Order: sequence, then C-alpha cells, then structure tokens
Amino acid sequence: MTAASTPKFDEMLHEDGTVRAAYSEFRNWYDAQDKSWLRRQDAEAEHFFRRIGITFNVYGEADAEERLIPFDMIPRIITAKEWRKLTKGIEQRVRAINAFLQDLYHRQEIVRSGRLPISALRNNDAFLSQMIGFTPPGGVYTHIVGIDLVRTGEDDFMVLEDNARTPSGVSYMLENRETMMAMFPELFTQIPVRQVSDYPRRLARSLRACAPPAYDAAAGKRPVVAVLTPGIYNSAYFEHAFLADQMGAELVEGNDLRIINGRVAMRTTTGYKAIDVIYRRVDDDFLDPLTFNPESALGVAGIMDVYRAGGVTIANAPGTGIADDKAIYSYMPEIVEFYTGEKPILQNVPTWRCSESDALAYVLDNLKDLVVKEVHGSGGYGMLIGPTSSKRELSDFEAKLRARPENYIAQPTLSLSTVPIFTKEGLAPRHVDLRPFVLVSPEGIDITPGGLTRVALKKGSLVVNSSQGGGTKDSWVLED
Amino acid sequence: MLGRAANGVYWMARYLERAENTARLLDVGFHLALTSASKDSQYDEWRSVLTTAGLVDEYIEKYGEDFAGPQVFNYVLRDKDNPGSVLCMMENARTNARVVRTSITNSVWEAINEGWLTIKDLLARPVRETGLREALMAIRRTNMLVRGAFENSMLRNEVYNFARIGTFIERADNTARILDVKYYVLLPSTAWVGSNLDNQQWDTLLRSVAGNRAFSWLNAHTMEPREIARFLILDGQFPRSLVFCYEKIRSNMAGLAKEYGGETAAHELLRDTGAALHQTTIEDIFEQGLHEYLQLVISKTIDIGNAIAADYRFTE
Repeated sequence: MTAASTPKFDEMLHEDGTVRAAYSEFRNWYDAQDKSWLRRQDAEAEHFFRRIGITFNVYGEADAEERLIPFDMIPRIITAKEWRKLTKGIEQRVRAINAFLQDLYHRQEIVRSGRLPISALRNNDAFLSQMIGFTPPGGVYTHIVGIDLVRTGEDDFMVLEDNARTPSGVSYMLENRETMMAMFPELFTQIPVRQVSDYPRRLARSLRACAPPAYDAAAGKRPVVAVLTPGIYNSAYFEHAFLADQMGAELVEGNDLRIINGRVAMRTTTGYKAIDVIYRRVDDDFLDPLTFNPESALGVAGIMDVYRAGGVTIANAPGTGIADDKAIYSYMPEIVEFYTGEKPILQNVPTWRCSESDALAYVLDNLKDLVVKEVHGSGGYGMLIGPTSSKRELSDFEAKLRARPENYIAQPTLSLSTVPIFTKEGLAPRHVDLRPFVLVSPEGIDITPGGLTRVALKKGSLVVNSSQGGGTKDSWVLED
Repeated sequence: MLGRAANGVYWMARYLERAENTARLLDVGFHLALTSASKDSQYDEWRSVLTTAGLVDEYIEKYGEDFAGPQVFNYVLRDKDNPGSVLCMMENARTNARVVRTSITNSVWEAINEGWLTIKDLLARPVRETGLREALMAIRRTNMLVRGAFENSMLRNEVYNFARIGTFIERADNTARILDVKYYVLLPSTAWVGSNLDNQQWDTLLRSVAGNRAFSWLNAHTMEPREIARFLILDGQFPRSLVFCYEKIRSNMAGLAKEYGGETAAHELLRDTGAALHQTTIEDIFEQGLHEYLQLVISKTIDIGNAIAADYRFTE
C-alpha cells in the first residue's frame, strides 16, 4: 500500500470529476463567488490571525519569532453519517485507552494474558512507576484526548496516532470556525454545520465533574479549575491562555503555586487559594521536581503527594503517555478488543515494530517505500519518509535503525485523502488528516463535532505538522 | 486575581505610559532642533532630551559626545541595547499583556498587539528625520487606542484598579523627574534664571508633558517658573500634575480596599504622602527647596509602588 500503487481519495470530487454530496452546497457557493474577492479575503485572514495574536513559537529557532499557522479557507466537510461512524469508533477507542491505563497501573491483566509483552513497558519512560496502584479521581486517566485520523477511501478512516497526554490544537479548531464565520457568514446560514463553539464550556464541565475527594461539594461552590502553563515562551501558550479565558479558569504557572495544608494553592492578591482541578499543559517530567526532574521550575514541588492523597485532580493524569506511545500503538487493535470485548471500529495503520527481527528485516528491505518514526518522537521530528528521501538520507537512517531498532516503528506511505485548498490558480487537492477532540469524565465521553484538520500545503507532500510547514482549515460536520 | 496577573497589568500600564512619555520627549527634542539657531545648539537640545529621559550616561558610553539628531532619536526609539528605548518598552508592555491575556478584554489585547506590530514595523529600520513624526504619531495613537479600549471595555474591578495605579505611579514619577531635571540639571547656573534660555527650557518642559496649551489657558502669556511649578505639582485640573496623579492612585487604591474588604500598609503610606501633597503650597515647596521636595516625592512614589507589590503579592 504505497503512494504509487493506489489512487488517492479526493474528498470533494468523484473520479469522474463530479462533486460529492458532502461538498455540493459549498461548491455551488464557491463557484458563484468573485475570485478576486476571495483572494482579498484570503489575505485578510492572515491579518486577522496576526492581529488577534494566534501564533505559535518554533522551538530551536534563534529569534523565537512568533509564527502563524497558515490558514486555508476551504472547509473540510464530513457528512453526518460519516461522523456517526467515526464517533462510535473514537468512543470505543477512548474507553479502551482508559481501561488500559487503569489496568497497566494495577493488575496488568493484559500482560498476564500474553496480549501485550512486558517488554513494551520495560524501559519505557512514559510508564511512571509513581502511578502504580493509584487510581485518579473518578477513575479517569486521560480527560482530554485527540485522536489523529487519516482517510484512504470512501469508508476508510484509520487512526494514525492517539494523543492521550496533552493534545493541542483545539484553539485552532475554534478560531478557524470564528474566522470562517466572520469572513463568510452567508455560508453558515445556507449550510447546516454543527457548532464547535461550546467546547470550552464542555471542557470546564467535564473537568469540574472530576473534582478530587478533597473538594467540598457541601460548601456549595463549584470546583476551582486552573490551567497550568509553562508560560509565554511555550509554543502553545496562546492556546493555554485562550482555553483558560474561555472557561473562566485561572491561567497559572508553577511559580504561582504552592502546597498549603495538603492542597495545591495559587497566589492571589488576597492570599493563597486552593485549586481542585488542574488542567496541566506541562509534561509529566516537569510536573513535580520532588518526584520527577529536579531541575524543573515549571511545576509544583510536592504536587504528586497531594495528588495521591486526593487533594487535587491532575488532567491528564501523569503516566497517561504510555497509552499514546508509538510502540504501544501497534497493539491498539488487541487493546481495544481486550477491554471492550468488541472488534475495533476504527482500524490502525499497518505498523511494523522494528524491535521484532522479521519486521526489521522487512523494513530494511523496503525503506524507500516506508515512513519510519521514532517511538518517542512527536511533531514530525526524527522521522523518515522513504519515497521523498535521498539515497544518502536512506543510508543514514538505515544505520540508525540497525543501531537501535527498538526505537522505531515503520508504516506504509498511505495514499492519504485530499481536500482542496485555495490557491492563486483556484482549488487544488492536498493531503489532510483530522484530529477530533474528546472529553472524558465520570459522566461520559463527549466528542466535539469536527476537530482540527491539518493540511499539507506543498503539492504532493504528506507532512501536515505545523512545525513542518503544514496549515489548518475549518472542519465541518454537517447536520442530517 | 493572581498576584502575577496583578503585577502584569500594573507593568503593562507602566510601560505603555513610559513609552508614550518618552515619545513625547522626542517630539519636543525634534521641535527644538528644528527651531534652533545652530548645529551646536541642536546638539544641546538632543543632549537635554537624553538627560531628561535618564539615558545620557548610557548614550555617551556608546557614542561619546556626538549628539547628532538621528543618532540620538534612533537610540531612544529603537536601540536594542537600550532597555529604555520605546521599542523595548512597547515590547515589554506587549509581553505583559500576553501574560495577563486572560485578565484583559479582547479589545485591549488587540489594541496593544496591533499597535506593537505597527510600531515594530515602523522601527524595523533606522528612522530618518522625514519618518520621525510618523513613528511618534503611531506610538501616541497606539496608546490612545489602548487607553480608549481599556476605558470602554474593562470591568471596573481590581484589574482596572491595578492598571490605573500603574499608569499614575508612572506618570507621577515622570512629571516629578522632568521638573527636577529642568530645575536642577539643565540650567548651567542660577545666574541664567529668567534668561531666554531659561524661558525656552520652561516652554520645552511644558510641551514635554503636553501642558503648554493648558498652562497658557490658565496663565495668559507668563512663563513664571513658580507658576509653572505650581501648575505641574498642585493643579488638580491638569491630568499630569502630581496632585492629579495622586488623586487617581488614591481612588483606585480605595477601589481595591472596597473590593477586598480592607486596607493594607500601602494605603497608609499613600495617605501620608497624599495628605502632604494636598496641604502644601508652592511657597512651602520653594522654601523647602524644589529639588529636595521632588526627590522626596519620587522616593515616596517608589515606596508606594513597592508596598503595593508586596501587599498584593505581585511576586513570591
């Protein structure tokens, strides 16, 4: 299954060039628009983003300039029927992930049953021994999940990656919609698109439903929620501020917090005030210098003790990263079946685990046709895309693979579906993926209709990551 | 609200005010240079701008005694080595606004962010004499927009109070320093009092606090130093006088006391200083010595700022 061997699935057009039902109303509107006006709107969109400060910082760049993620104004459209199937699959998968985490940090039945080798946990930094035997408030491990999906055909959506630790990008989902509504209001009066704007309210409700034992419901106050950010130099700071603002929660940094009387408290102008639920956007390793990295000032000294004593809820729970580890990913079909007793509704992308010698041999023989990823990498760093790499790059990567095979997985270069983008010459197809956002609480699983569509802007490119020059577009789920 | 957020809005307001004051000083320097008789006197004018802005030592360290206009105003406007440059202060204001993004309205944030982008763009390359007015206008306009957005969109709560306290502490400090520098530093010796140079400097001083029109409405055609000092210190109608600034600090501190249900040590300190200011006359001040008096006001203002930061837990 390589890019060359199968035709690409065009989400807007049938093979004969006629417009698919999902896009028909949009396409009618588009065809009726004055193209020079559209070009002006396109330029206006960038100004709009710059002005409201929707920017991100790129790590490792000298001047740490704030960049915009390019925005494409052609929506990605999903029918109600497609969405129903997707949400069933996502819900099943997220339920399985939480059950899997509960099991891994307790009896490890899945290992005992032989469905997951112990080697997948051993020496895996994402598995935190500090969490063994502890159950988070409400039994929820991953409160906010982003499931990355790719499409290869009419009915073929596959999971490319599970983001169970700190998925980002939800602010783009919301701002992309705001931008579209500001630029093209008539589209939304003509076409029934499901709303995404109540995500922050749902997030706040979901987080409050996970209050820790120390929260005093009898006092009649809502649980106090805060978003913990590493600060303004973090690449996703805008998103942290945006979510705190929209939820009416405090945006805190490590140096605002301190442990007082067994609670995590924030320094306010009138003294310290206890926090019930922390939506943390700092990594596990930086959460508590007493438990993890002692050099870090981003978290709170002693928060893990408070957590284990029931004084605070941490979302997502430390140690959830083991569930989205790329080495674990290859076992997800087994994991889903093990915990739900059902066949997985959403398929995985076929994956070779290079730690297994047969798989490694195959990967080495077919390197030029494969995508090879570092097990612990993210953001599109440390990966090889076989078909677009030079001989030199291939042989360099081969050496790395032979040296540490357990550090890599490989996947075929899928023929990802395309969605049109707006170019000076008109519409042109580009590859996309989709990250729907999922909220988990004891009250249930809540999936916002839509998500973040990332799009490769270069012709033929399969790389959609914003850190690698990809863009985003609004994602529409249609009403029936 | 978080102590760190209170610190952020307070400094956002201070940096904006300071950037605007610095821009106004440059405007005055430019005006003087255009109307001066010789190159030497132009050098003197630009040097006095640096002195008033408190940047003269750093400037000389970098450029020596060469006070060529474009070199001076570029140093004050956009030099990255100069933390007191308008560009650095606008960036500080904007960084603080990012820190307190969740405490300010979208209107305020967008006014600051958009203004900063414009100013950064205008100051991306050295400014020439033909472009100076435009750059200075952009700085003033940004501050007007931010202030307008603030007045029109913010809740009248603690966030508003902390920002206003920042504005007026900065402004009181600025007015006191400008007056002090004029009186104590600029004039070569007391023998010059009442001379043309002296009068011209008083006029400059009034311009630099945007008070020349207001002063002449109140005091037709005189340039009597004592009247100017009275105007800048004690005239409650003038929005940059010390009395005016202190009244605003007082009312916003009262807002905090009301919201929080109690006063702090900073209130006590402010009451003492404020009372002294309201009960004094210009005769008393000159008797005590203007310089001594202004130095006292400056140090009291700093003390009040520090007390506020401590009482409301700006930092750990």
